[in-house]
Parts: sequence; C-alpha cells; structure tokens
Amino acid sequence: MDDPYKVLGVARDAAAEDIRKAYRRLAKQWHPDTNPDKPGAEARFKAISAAYALLSDPELRARFDRGEIDAAGAERAPAGGGWRDWAETGRGARYRSQPGGFEDPGGGFDEADLEEFLARAFGTRTGAGARPRGPMRGADIRATLRLPFLDAARGAVRTVTLPDGRTVQLTIPAGTEDGTVLRLAGQGMPGEPGAPAGDLLAAVEVEPHRFFRREGRDILLELPVTLKEAVLGARIEVPTIAGPVTLTIPPRSADGSRLRLRGRGVQGGHQVVVLKVLVPTGVEPELEAFLKTWTPRDRTNPRAGMLDL
Amino acid sequence: MITLEEVAGRFPGLAPQEVVLWIERRWLRAERAADGGTWLLTEVDVARLSLLVELRVTLDLDEEAMPVVLSLLDQLYDARRALRCLLAALEDQPEALRRAVLDAAAWQARD
Repeated sequence: MDDPYKVLGVARDAAAEDIRKAYRRLAKQWHPDTNPDKPGAEARFKAISAAYALLSDPELRARFDRGEIDAAGAERAPAGGGWRDWAETGRGARYRSQPGGFEDPGGGFDEADLEEFLARAFGTRTGAGARPRGPMRGADIRATLRLPFLDAARGAVRTVTLPDGRTVQLTIPAGTEDGTVLRLAGQGMPGEPGAPAGDLLAAVEVEPHRFFRREGRDILLELPVTLKEAVLGARIEVPTIAGPVTLTIPPRSADGSRLRLRGRGVQGGHQVVVLKVLVPTGVEPELEAFLKTWTPRDRTNPRAGMLDL
Repeated sequence: MITLEEVAGRFPGLAPQEVVLWIERRWLRAERAADGGTWLLTEVDVARLSLLVELRVTLDLDEEAMPVVLSLLDQLYDARRALRCLLAALEDQPEALRRAVLDAAAWQARD
C-alpha cells in the first residue's frame, strides 16, 4: 500500500483540516459512481478512503509517523527488529521453551499459556494441575515501616493502613533496631473458610538521626566542646533520647574522651558522649600571644617514635 | 505471511534447504502453505529466523549447541514475558495494592 500522505497529496505535517479537504476533493473526483467508465477508479477510491481513515485518526497517524504501523495499519516489527523485541511480546510466546522436547505449539498466545508461564516461572500451581489440599491459610501482609530514630529508641504506637483499607495499631517497643520484623498474628489476609488469617509482618527501617547513633543498647553522641571547656572543665546541657541532662566535663578532657551517662541508653544501656574538642578557627590574638610565650610542663613529644618504623 | 523462498533471499548465503532443516527441528515454527508446497512465515518467524542466522551462520555456533542455546534463550524470554505480564497487571491495580506488592517483593529480596 502506498504512502497515505502521497495518496492524498498532502504534506507530512499537514493540518487535520487540510487532510479532510484533500480527502473530500479526491473522494468526489474518484467516486466509483461518478466514474463508471474508468476501470481504476474504484481501486483509487478505496486507497483514498484507506489513507484518510489512517490520517484522520490522530492516534493512528502518530503511530504511522513513528513507523509503528504500516500504511495498511498492520503492526510493524518494533524498531531494531532484533529477536528480543519480539520475544518479550505476547506473540513471542510462539517460541516458548518446551519442557521435554518440542511439542506442537498449537497456535497463538492465550490465557492458559500465561498461567503456565507464571506457574513455571514462579513455581506456583494453578488451574487444573493444582494439588488437592486443605483450606489455605490467609496470606501474610508484608510492609515496611520507616521510623524516626527517636521513635524507635523510645518506643511508639503507629496506626498503619493496610492495602485492604483496615487500620491496625502497631506498638513499637522501645529500643527497636533497624531491620526488626514486627509480627501481628492474624492481621494478614483472611484465610479460606476453616483456615486462619495470615499475619502482618512489618519490617522496621530506622531513619538515621542527626546527632545520635545506636551501638547495641548504647546511644552514641558526639559532643563538640570548646578548647576552654576541655581544658578547664564545664557543666553542659546535653541531649539524650529522653531529654536534656547536665553533663560534667572534667578538667583536662582530651579530644575523643568518652563520658558515660548511666542508664540513658535503651533497655538499660548508657549514653556515651564522645568529646570533640574544637580549636578556635577565628582570630584570637590573646590566645596566640599566650601560646607563643607558653612552655608546657609536659615536655613529651606527642609524635615520639612515629618516625622510627 | 511471507514464503520461505522470499525470506531466504533476505539473508545472503542462506540456503532454503538449511531453513527447512531448522523448521523440521522446530527451531523455526513456519507453517506449510495450503497447497503443501512451500513454507509460510509470519513476522515473528522472520525475526526468529534472523536470530537463527545470527547464531548458526554469523557466530558459527555448533549444530549440537544450538538446541541448548535456543532452549536457554527461550526460557529466559519466558521468564521475562511472565514478568512483564505481572508488572503490567500490577500497573492496573490501585496504588495501595501496588505498594503492598512492591513492599512485599522488596521484603522477599532482603531475606
């Protein structure tokens, strides 16, 4: 079949209105009733009608322009033409693998084929081949529950909406760790008559916290302190998962010192505060002047032995 | 539908008898013409034929290796087709159900 644009004598980017006009003009000209003596008139008229049928339908026209269908409206092989393009379509099922030799494929793709594919691909049994069995327990519902760090550490109650519209209350015990699976027995899908419902399984994903980290039952907190606080000692308000508490920084605390707040972790654990001593980065003339004249009493070289490897 | 002779002409150096052999081995599922003379191929069959030519002629794959390779390929595409069907079916489901299935799938993957 010829290019429908040529048949109608219009440009490829012609407006719908122009296509309609061209069609009307040509259809009148080549109508078989008005051309009884011209032998080719009927074929020409049919070609014109077919071309118009294709180009007047915006969707068909677009598909033709993209090369997905030919002028007769038949599907074309997808671009590329490789086996993969066909193999994954329904028509590719003509070449489905045959267990135990090649039987007669017996025509096209139908629902039974799909069931068989699914059964073979996922090892499920469907349809006539199903094994006799008792009433099936309901399926488990599996969900992922993202929790803020503090909710997981302190414990929380969440209302969860299930796919079937039910809502259930999930109690998250204090100290729940990332990856914990909470099981609510009987809250899954209903079973067949005489069989129990499935369970609701919620895998907890704990979001990281800006300041706190979990290490077993302990909560780790990195605490920035100034040089002055580290040298002279201080009493500082620090956050814990249960609210701020006052922490005593002993004088002469080194960078990286670990201070323990007893019982401030989860499930009897502690909060461990790791000091991070900040050296002032702004201009501090007095400090600099002092350090220039300062001779430490402890004269040991902190890098002693590092060079003799 | 296109005849075997017509399509063989598209692959230079491919003898129609070779293709008949492939049909007899069911590597290619062409159908006999009504008059029993030649073989008829659909577009899918033509694409399949290019695959066979690619494997057997271009890559010069062993005759004995062909059934194994084809069987593995066909199984792979069975699986991909099945997966596509499932994903397409999933696309049509309500958002909540889709999420539940995808959640469950992710859940399976972490085990």
